[in-house]
Amino acid sequence: MTERDEGRRLTRRGLRISGLGLAGLAAVYLVALRYTPVERFQGLPQKIFYLHVPAAWSALLAFSLVGIAGALYLWLRDPRLDLFAESIAEAGLVFSCVMLTTGPLWGKPVWGTWWTWDARLTLTLMLFFLFLGYRVLRGAIQEPGERARFSAVVGILGMVLVPFVHLSVYLFRTLHPQPIVLKPSEPSLPWEMLRTLLLSVGVYTVLLIGFVTTRYGLGRAAEAEGERDVR
Amino acid sequence: MGDFLRAALAVAAKDIRVEHRSRTALVAAVAFAALVLVIFNFAREPAAVSREALAPSVLWITFSFAGVIALNRSFVVERENAALDGLLLAPVSRSAIFLGKYLANLVFVFTVEAVTLPLFVLFFGMDLTGSLPGIGLTAVLATAGFVAVGTVLAAMTVRTRFAELMLPLLLLPFLVPPVIGAVQVTARLLGGRPVSEIAGWLLILGLYDLVFVTLCLMVFPPLMDE
Repeated sequence: MTERDEGRRLTRRGLRISGLGLAGLAAVYLVALRYTPVERFQGLPQKIFYLHVPAAWSALLAFSLVGIAGALYLWLRDPRLDLFAESIAEAGLVFSCVMLTTGPLWGKPVWGTWWTWDARLTLTLMLFFLFLGYRVLRGAIQEPGERARFSAVVGILGMVLVPFVHLSVYLFRTLHPQPIVLKPSEPSLPWEMLRTLLLSVGVYTVLLIGFVTTRYGLGRAAEAEGERDVR
Repeated sequence: MGDFLRAALAVAAKDIRVEHRSRTALVAAVAFAALVLVIFNFAREPAAVSREALAPSVLWITFSFAGVIALNRSFVVERENAALDGLLLAPVSRSAIFLGKYLANLVFVFTVEAVTLPLFVLFFGMDLTGSLPGIGLTAVLATAGFVAVGTVLAAMTVRTRFAELMLPLLLLPFLVPPVIGAVQVTARLLGGRPVSEIAGWLLILGLYDLVFVTLCLMVFPPLMDE
């Protein structure tokens, strides 16, 4: 099979996975609105939770993978790792946009403010800027080897920066709900809500895999046709 | 180890000598910092915000902006006549070259900060007697980490289009932890708070420096591979 066919095959597979993810997203809407109880204090706006939190997790996952792929690239020098990092950074940028639009929509009715400089909000905004910087840097370098090395280093530095931003902003002040699922004691979320959240996290992960596979396949096909830039 | 340090110091000495002979960049950076202070004074509504309340933020915004424009200079001078290629061909380790450039950048940024601080005292009428050693230590801790990251990023951005725009875009997120820490410490020092309140922040700043200087020493050599 030629490189181009391989790229096209991956693109088709990615589109199928994304389609599955979108169908799953419709199911999440149905389950969240129809089969999950309304939260007593926040009312209906709390439903955004099921879209907002998984988006944040996907963005954070994507960002960690950009850093890890960057480190592996500097070690193994396989151009496919660079293409993978590029693909996942683009998907991550999309998820951080979802996170940054659903967040204020939830914050306004519940906290009474669109935006606050709380630890996790600031962190996610920084993630968005790091993704954006990564994307812009890639666009500004012509030579593929140089582009791969430079963006790998930015990915690694950004991955290490994230915990520092979180720590310093957390100590600065915080208003966000305390962790309710991943915490040492038992999750304090009722089972019906946790079920919906986990479903949504699964669906978002499928979407992430679908987007990345599509983008990666497109990159491979474009590379085979001699035009590295699919932008 | 001796050779490594000697090579690093030679690179640093070269950069400092170049800067000392022309002084263009230093004068420009100090003038820039002074202008930021002036603009900040007029960006404040005197009746609503007291000078004291805004002073720590003004100081650190000025320091970090001056730092960012100073870092641009570091590799721009190497671009002329392909000087960087000559440097990379020298039989010394790439980490030593990084360390040399980093030390020279530190000297440059510290000099700008040292000249800006008296101007800050003058313009904002601050009384630094007593808090000066603390503010000096904070400046060292808050500057050391981001200058390391900035040195690595400047080495990259100088090879891109729009280098002057690209460096701040990539570097400013890395300024968030140092600026938060430095402003918190400075505000407490100026308010005469006890040392116990700032120890934690100084620790975070120190940790940030340690992590990023080490990481930058590690990523610089693969960055410069051809």
